[in-house]
Amino acid sequence: MKTHSIDVNALKRAPRPSRGAQSCLRVEGLGLRYRRSQRVALHDVTLDIPRQRVTAFIGPSGCGKSSLLRCFNRMNDLIEGSVITGRVWLDGEDVYARGVDVAALRRRVGMVFQAPNPFPKSVYENVAFGLRIQGVNRKRVLDEEVEKALRAAALWDEVSDRLDSNALTLSGGQQQRLVIARAIAVQPEVLLLDEPASSLDPISTLRIEELIYELKTRYTILIVTHNMQQAARVSDMTAFMHLGRLVEFGETDTLFTNPRDSQTEDYITGRYG
Amino acid sequence: MQGDPHKQHISGQFNAELDAMKQHLLEMGGLVEQQMGQVMDALLNRDSGRASAVIAADREINAMEVQIDEECSRILALRHPAASDLRLVLAVVKSTTDLERIGDEASKIARQAIELSELPPSAGNAADLRRIGRHVSVMLRDALDSFARLDARKAIDVVIDDASVDAQYDSAMRRFVALMREDARNIRAVLHEMWALRGLERVGDHATNIAEQVIYLVLGMDVRHVKPAELQELVAGDEA
Repeated sequence: MKTHSIDVNALKRAPRPSRGAQSCLRVEGLGLRYRRSQRVALHDVTLDIPRQRVTAFIGPSGCGKSSLLRCFNRMNDLIEGSVITGRVWLDGEDVYARGVDVAALRRRVGMVFQAPNPFPKSVYENVAFGLRIQGVNRKRVLDEEVEKALRAAALWDEVSDRLDSNALTLSGGQQQRLVIARAIAVQPEVLLLDEPASSLDPISTLRIEELIYELKTRYTILIVTHNMQQAARVSDMTAFMHLGRLVEFGETDTLFTNPRDSQTEDYITGRYG
Repeated sequence: MQGDPHKQHISGQFNAELDAMKQHLLEMGGLVEQQMGQVMDALLNRDSGRASAVIAADREINAMEVQIDEECSRILALRHPAASDLRLVLAVVKSTTDLERIGDEASKIARQAIELSELPPSAGNAADLRRIGRHVSVMLRDALDSFARLDARKAIDVVIDDASVDAQYDSAMRRFVALMREDARNIRAVLHEMWALRGLERVGDHATNIAEQVIYLVLGMDVRHVKPAELQELVAGDEA
């Protein structure tokens, strides 16, 4: 749309101060390809993800947003033949450096997937699972931590009287919040949410969104979503990706009202061919 | 500009809805322009018949405002427009309000024309009324034209032009006051003409508001409280 030669910046006020957010994850020149299929999933992605804010990744299917998300906790390592280039830093530490304890990294960077995947155990044991792996076995400590995580995931009031029930008896929305509780029980710094509400009904979706809003006071949250309104509602920052490249990254308010890049404009307004 | 960007959605239905909303705004604008032409004739010729027709036609403009606002709410509720689509819907909502107010000003001016038709012809003020009437009509036409063509440059010109209407208005007012001082028999007619002049000046303000919405729509910048001097700089920078 901006075909005019007018210098649009001439009128802009002093840039809005960034809200004191300090970057938590830093990605520099990140590339990802799969040796077997010769497919390149990510090209030269560089961005700084601010701490304790919600950053949404949007883009058409296959644009690389989920692949990028999986780079942050090295989930792509599990795919045979995947080759990573470039750097990812978490709090200044190189995530891909030699000798990094991947299990410890995944404790710091928790992940929640599209389909709720609770273990076929009790509600209590699902949340206690990560703590037990860390060697926490004292019942009082576990009780406290389980309650804390379930409260933080806005699920405690609904399950406090059925902690021993099988988690698979919960509704889809409750299961997804249980999985979030499981992820936050081990006190991560970052939460990666890959389409966390796409299999949920609108009310459960709103609960998850409300939860994200509350959780960002403690965690840095990255969310991949196909639902653009959801990205607009829950995130502070939005990244638009296309064909494995980062096209535009900025404040959500600006990106959804006045995006800089015409590809972003076309995508969010539904003009993408 | 490569075609209308608001007609390139994957959803043909959404294209049609946005297009219809914009067309309805421009139709409303056409009707308001027509009202302005009619009321200027009625005012300058002190023609009560034509003035009454203007007052009667205002109802149609009001109905269009309601209809377009409904279209906008429906699009907001069902389509969740973003980026330039969102700016288009917001610009249309705001511009219908200004067009409706211009319609109201035309009716007010028509009422002054009816009062003036009862008074004996008097020397004097037609030139000022004609000049300012023409000026604000051109501003309105240009503002609507810039909307139709998404022409931010033309819209900026309209906004800058408003200051000269204000200056013309001030000097015309001084002349009107002088006429009243000269001969007390002029007072009644000149008072009605002053009301009409005030209405014309307001039309210029509303045309400016519409042009500001066009700038927001095209450039994504809110220039509502930006000083004309800053806008001047923008244009100067562009021409340099």
